[in-house]
Amino acid sequence: MIYGYCKISGAVLLIICLLFAFAPNYAFSVQRFPPPQFKSGHVLPETTQAPPRSDFYEYLDAGVLLAALAVATYLALKRRSRTGLLILTIFSLAYFGFWRMGCVCAVGSVQNVTITLFQTGYSIPLVVVIFFALPLIFTLFFGRTFCAAVCPLGAIQDIFVIKPVRVPRWLDRGLRVIPYLYLGFAVLFAATGSAFIICEYDPFIAFFRRGGRAAILAFGGLLLILGMFVGRPYCRYLCPYGVVLSWMSKASKWHVSITPNECIQCRLCEDSCPFEAIDSPTEEKANTPRTEGKGRLITLIILLPLFIAMGVGLGAGVGSYLSRIDPDVRLAERIWLEDTGQIDEMDDASEAFRKTGRPSSELFAEAKQLRRQFRIGSMILGGFLGLFTGIKMISLSIKRSRKDYETNRTHCVSCGRCFSYCPVEKDEK
Amino acid sequence: MPEKDKDKISRRDFISNTIRGVCLLGLGGTLGLVATRTQAGDTVWQIDPNKCIGCGRCADHCVLEISAVKCVHNFAMCGYCKLCTGYFEPQPNALNTGAENQLCPTGAIRRSFVEHPYYEYEIDEELCVGCGKCVVGCNAFGNGSLFLQIRHDVCVNCNECAISVVCPSGAFKRVNASKPYILKGEEGE
Ligand code: SF4
Ligand code: SF4
Ligand code: SF4
Ligand code: SF4
Repeated sequence: MIYGYCKISGAVLLIICLLFAFAPNYAFSVQRFPPPQFKSGHVLPETTQAPPRSDFYEYLDAGVLLAALAVATYLALKRRSRTGLLILTIFSLAYFGFWRMGCVCAVGSVQNVTITLFQTGYSIPLVVVIFFALPLIFTLFFGRTFCAAVCPLGAIQDIFVIKPVRVPRWLDRGLRVIPYLYLGFAVLFAATGSAFIICEYDPFIAFFRRGGRAAILAFGGLLLILGMFVGRPYCRYLCPYGVVLSWMSKASKWHVSITPNECIQCRLCEDSCPFEAIDSPTEEKANTPRTEGKGRLITLIILLPLFIAMGVGLGAGVGSYLSRIDPDVRLAERIWLEDTGQIDEMDDASEAFRKTGRPSSELFAEAKQLRRQFRIGSMILGGFLGLFTGIKMISLSIKRSRKDYETNRTHCVSCGRCFSYCPVEKDEK
Repeated sequence: MPEKDKDKISRRDFISNTIRGVCLLGLGGTLGLVATRTQAGDTVWQIDPNKCIGCGRCADHCVLEISAVKCVHNFAMCGYCKLCTGYFEPQPNALNTGAENQLCPTGAIRRSFVEHPYYEYEIDEELCVGCGKCVVGCNAFGNGSLFLQIRHDVCVNCNECAISVVCPSGAFKRVNASKPYILKGEEGE
């Protein structure tokens, strides 16, 4: 194509051809032509630098979050007002969702916190820490009021709950394992600095920004349609932050209750929760011998280390596959193939790498380090998953007696739908 | 309430208080660790122009309809060439502002005569889609004074920039919001 230019002007031809001869690779920022000295006194225009949103607004967001959490808690626990919560839900959807375009959200902040803990080069903005911490602190004292009406992802799903059907308990509880896996992977990928998968696969953010990848838009749309019948599918079966929230909620000091007073076992609220978060009273089975349950418990406790070991083993196996998520590891593989002559052509990434002039060996060392991190990380992750599986099974086999209909503190999102089903509530009003 | 039940309740209270204490401790510990590396100001995404190879993905992968990445011009580096290889097609019919001669698909570069033989090139950011064609042209045969930057009046500052995920040169990084641009030729200052 160089000859095309040469057609035009002899002088330019000479310069360019000379340049071409002396500059075999076009290293960037070469001063090929000296900037001119203008005789006419022409003044160079400034390169404009439009500033980003001022920090003040970031802190305003944090303030709105705090206020919304306080109001949600008041509405759920004190006022017991579903209407109030619904209005707040719409506000949160508008503010955190459509106005702030869903970034940064508490759900994704898990990754920022993780990467801060593991990568020394990363420094986290205070606002992100606030978004991570505030909902957890509130949940530790009042239950998941954040999920009730503040989280924009929860909000968009909540208003789509139209005709909820009941998901069989075993299926519901089974699927609720997925968020643990999701959280585990999100932490692993963030800790190694490879990817923010929660953000990449956030199903609703494309709506908030009114644009995005087609696949994600479709996924989000599907979830919303599904969500008309299966309440809050993302919250229940995917949300990784929900896992941490559920731990906090389980230990919470206060929590919404279905009835404002004493449960009279009328069973009216039994089917009112669209999220399978109401536990029925346990049946008194006088004839099951206690020893049987004890035996199973002991077996499980003995098996616990085995679960952990299995998890660790599994992690060790998949670690190197997972490491390919990291762009540097992929690049190193590519460069390796090129260096050893197994591939002839360069792709964009390897071309960019070659241009930097870095030696391949440096990249390989980096990739090796990353692979090691991934192996260790996924072993730890596997171990944890084993541990959680064990604990879950143990807690399932411990029989707790429950006399009343109660909210399940782990799963209840404090939405307040069940309140109106309770006749005691109506009497009081 | 019978004594036995009361006992049970106080025991349950004790357990739940303990668990809450543990949770609080865990949360506090995490926050404490994080606090040592917290900064008051926000961070924003930016492209390191010395790494960018102008692959064109910036135009397509931004979450916004029209990418927040734009071409910017460091005028002090520019040679004010008559034949700007960032402005003209490789084989232009004529060295004038005719659309068919221009490299930019949206005609976002304004060319104006300054004095013989110098021409000034300005980017109309409303039109620029950040495809990087001009950047590649300028780097190949010119001074490299055209380069891509995320414009922060447009960018919504995603927690993870969608372009950074696909950028082949690893040019995206988070920078302090108080110094949100990496201007080519002025990085050291
Ligand atoms: S479960 Fe997750 S997505 Fe749902 S409301 Fe709670 S934090 Fe938001
Ligand atoms: S408040 Fe009631 S309806 Fe809502 S999630 Fe909790 S138990 Fe279910
Ligand atoms: S994706 Fe990366 S290499 Fe491609 S144009 Fe954008 S910054 Fe440059
Ligand atoms: S941070 Fe988001 S809006 Fe900004 S350039 Fe990247 S993808 Fe576009």
